[in-house]
Amino acid sequence: MPARTAVWWTILRISLEERLVYRGDFALGTLMRFLPILTQVFLWWAVFTAASTGQSIDQTRIVGYSYHDFIAYYLLTMVSRAFSSMPGLASGIARDIRDGTVKKYLIQPIDMLSFLLLNRMAHKVVYYTVATLPFAFVFYLCGDFFPNGWPEPQVMAAYVASLLMAFLLGFFLEATIGMIGFWFLEVSSLLFVYMLFNFFFSGHMFPIDMLPGFWGEVVRIIPLQYLAYFPAAVFLGKVEGPELIQGLWIQFAWVVLFMFTSRAAFHLGVRRYSGFGG
Amino acid sequence: MPSGPSYLRVFLTFARNSLVRNMTFRGNFLIETFSSMSWVFMNLGFYILVFQHTPRIGDVSNWGEYSFAWGKYEFFLFLSTTLMVNSLVQALFMENASEFGEMIRTGTLDFALLKPIDTQFLISLQRIDWSSLGNLVVGIGLAVFSLHKIGWVPSVWQVLLFMLFVICGVAIMYSLMIALAATSIWLGRNQSLYNFWFYITNFSRYPMEIYRGTYGTPLRMFFTFIIPVLVVVNVPARFLVRPLVPQTPMDLLLPVFAFVATVASLVGSRWVFNRSLLSYRSASS
Repeated sequence: MPARTAVWWTILRISLEERLVYRGDFALGTLMRFLPILTQVFLWWAVFTAASTGQSIDQTRIVGYSYHDFIAYYLLTMVSRAFSSMPGLASGIARDIRDGTVKKYLIQPIDMLSFLLLNRMAHKVVYYTVATLPFAFVFYLCGDFFPNGWPEPQVMAAYVASLLMAFLLGFFLEATIGMIGFWFLEVSSLLFVYMLFNFFFSGHMFPIDMLPGFWGEVVRIIPLQYLAYFPAAVFLGKVEGPELIQGLWIQFAWVVLFMFTSRAAFHLGVRRYSGFGG
Repeated sequence: MPSGPSYLRVFLTFARNSLVRNMTFRGNFLIETFSSMSWVFMNLGFYILVFQHTPRIGDVSNWGEYSFAWGKYEFFLFLSTTLMVNSLVQALFMENASEFGEMIRTGTLDFALLKPIDTQFLISLQRIDWSSLGNLVVGIGLAVFSLHKIGWVPSVWQVLLFMLFVICGVAIMYSLMIALAATSIWLGRNQSLYNFWFYITNFSRYPMEIYRGTYGTPLRMFFTFIIPVLVVVNVPARFLVRPLVPQTPMDLLLPVFAFVATVASLVGSRWVFNRSLLSYRSASS
């Protein structure tokens, strides 16, 4: 056990150092990622001015969201996505399978999924260390969009829990998709479709409450909402009480499900995998 | 007397070669066309949702001069203009601009410099991505559909002016892109510059009326007069949705300005491009 901890620690440390090399570019990139929010601020202002017929904008509600809620929601999904997005994970796994790099996990006494998970954790830790400043800066500037300030401690705890699970769900979901590379050589178009659905149905582009009827129900069933919408909704108090507890359990269940699916896919995939040369 | 190459013929050859290339991988071509279209349809879905909650975007009463209240189908006309401009930029220049960055990094720009043809022309149009033109078709289709829904038939002059200013818009976007790509000669790498391009053009995708108030007005001014991305879609789109009769001085002035801005952008980007070439130091040759 101590030996294994040492291995994990080493992996984590190497990944940390690797990630810190480009910290300047990182911080700047993070700040720029908020630019599209600026257009959202103006777009929704225009929408709300037109929608508020006869009443003040502060009182106007669209699917239960005030203007401030909308902007706060967009800012919060940025936080959710900072946890749940895994750039290049699935495509990386698929590439490793295709070009045979995956062999190294089969030969060396390292488990691929654990290795990648640690790698991502290191990436995220560095990301938060560097990105906290730009995030704090933007949230400070946008303080007006959060008229209620911080939520209560219990809600905050639930929020943090949902963020951590968003990270795990994002990881195992993408890892599972990457494993499809064992069966199909080229998964880039599949990944594009996933990315597309992710962008729209995780709530990154708009609060999923806006979707009516059939689509609204579909989106509530599939796990994508836990990657962006759910944590933000928890923070804003859109999900409360028993519904909140239930939501957290469902999110947990999805994490466990995809944890097993990714592992099963890896085992089945390795069985049909054949490595040559090397 | 040595005559220069026929640029039109060279361009047509590029176009034909790219088409042959695209058609070699037909499955991939179809997937690419389809996936960029699905992105568009998802976006359209978003705006359909937005318009379920509001009758229009932008208000005439609050911001005089050059303003317009975009109803659902008027906004779709705006959106279709965005689509046309973007698909043309993507089809003609996007791949070439990123290839340009690669050429600088790897030193293959040497070969382009040696060819007896204008380097900027060669770099900018070498490859055409035909699959991006799918969205041009979607854009035209959406425009026709929206015009039908509004029950409005634009005159021939309006369509011609629309096309002229779409071309101006493409030229402005191109200038911005090639100038940004050229800076990679100085910086070595241009990863975040591409993000920068994406984020800046993001501002062009909305009617300029939405930028108002204490922060909005300076922003609108900046993206109209300093980096003219706001005129790219706004000016042509307006030619399509409204009768040609100018109602305020701005209706005349802004198109004129857009034209001037196009020329200035092209000249400016050419200057940046040539300046950057002077600093090119090749790689390992």
